[in-house]
Amino acid sequence: MLTDFGIILIFFIVGVLFVAAGLFVSSLIRPSHPNKIKNSTYECGEEPIGSPWIKFNIRYYVVALMFLLFEVEIVFLFPWTVVFKQLGWYAFSSMAVFMVILVFGLAYVWGKGDLEWDKPKPYIPKLEDFVDMKD
Amino acid sequence: MGNFVFDLIGKNIVAALVICIIPLVFILPYALIAILGELKIGAWMQDRVGPMRTGWKGVLQPVAEVVKLLQKEDITPTIANKPLFNLAPFIVFIGAFAAFAVLPFSEKFIPSGINLGLFFVFAVGSFAVIGIVMGGWASNNKYSLLGAMRSVAQIISYELPAGMVFLSIATIAGTLDMQTIILNQSGPIWNWYIFGGPQGGAIKFLFIPFFVILFIVYLISSLAETNRTPFDIPEGESEIVAGYHTEYSGMKFAMFFMAEYANMYVVSAIIVILFLGGWSSPFGTSFMDGPIWGIFWMVGKAFFFVFVQIWLRWTLPRLRVDQLMYLGWKVLLPLSIACFMAIAFLAMIN
Repeated sequence: MLTDFGIILIFFIVGVLFVAAGLFVSSLIRPSHPNKIKNSTYECGEEPIGSPWIKFNIRYYVVALMFLLFEVEIVFLFPWTVVFKQLGWYAFSSMAVFMVILVFGLAYVWGKGDLEWDKPKPYIPKLEDFVDMKD
Repeated sequence: MGNFVFDLIGKNIVAALVICIIPLVFILPYALIAILGELKIGAWMQDRVGPMRTGWKGVLQPVAEVVKLLQKEDITPTIANKPLFNLAPFIVFIGAFAAFAVLPFSEKFIPSGINLGLFFVFAVGSFAVIGIVMGGWASNNKYSLLGAMRSVAQIISYELPAGMVFLSIATIAGTLDMQTIILNQSGPIWNWYIFGGPQGGAIKFLFIPFFVILFIVYLISSLAETNRTPFDIPEGESEIVAGYHTEYSGMKFAMFFMAEYANMYVVSAIIVILFLGGWSSPFGTSFMDGPIWGIFWMVGKAFFFVFVQIWLRWTLPRLRVDQLMYLGWKVLLPLSIACFMAIAFLAMIN
């Protein structure tokens, strides 16, 4: 017996087969003349300097943590949305309390300034730093 | 209801395969039409003629492009991580294609009638970004890595407003099943959720402003989820070459490209299902309604939103990354949470 979820599995398989078939047909007719220059990393004609696989500041670490919290909240809300009308005011108010706590969390992060994009704040030296102006 | 393929062939593995092939057969000509539309609408909006040489007025241009991409040499950089580099086009395409499993085309055809349709779309909607990060990182190219990181920033900011919109519709419909959501909106045009949904009386007018706001929120988030202008910063061809697909060529690039066009249809179809009645006719159940007209209305309304996406691409400039985060977290998310709680409250007192 094939269930509806079985069809979704077949969807994934058909998708893989389609991409594989496209790449296979292409491999039959395309040329293949690799050389050292052609296979080098593209950097607008310059010689690439250094590797991009370094420790890299993505600048939205706290935002990503917030995303996880809200995503889990949405997963909790999905089953609630389907049944809350049958469960009555008790279910509604408990979820409202839950939402309000999360909204307070969002307001807190907002107020702390963690939703701002982490721009570099360079210190521009002033004349006073170098010269004693008291004289 | 039901599925016409099962009625014709019976509930067996052949029928299941046919059901999976139908959306694929739909995507291929649709992608060609959308590419031509992109070229011609862009040309029209910028007062050019666009492609004119292949076929009558250039209508064969997308076919020529597909043939060209098929013959292109496949270049893999020497220093790339080859397994991940080759896997990424699969993930990106499957992420777009799997969403078609729950998109109804008509009342007699939905590939998989699971009762979790909305949840499934939400789940696979963020699937493609895994492929994008995979390809961007494995390319071992600075532009690709920047594009992939920007793509993650975008998906974590716009997934949440989109999720709140899904929840609001699920709240009012009381189900996550796509066909039931559409059936709730059947009847005359004012039963569509953007016009307040099927309930009558004065409370309908209380619903309308919240649904209109949610509609706009989802329209903006859907542009971000498909990496379309004004949110095409992961690709940003004027600053980071081509973003995450800088190193891809030939058929692998074509798969990224096709996934983007398939995603455009997916989000347009979701807008239509959630707010504009899906396959139901705007004239009510008596005129131009039925399974065959359903295909016309569903695809026609979705194509209108594909057109809107193309239109916006040639109209708006690209946002900066910090502006993107500002819009996602400080405008769309509070708005969508407020609308969701208001709609839940109204549904409770109704």
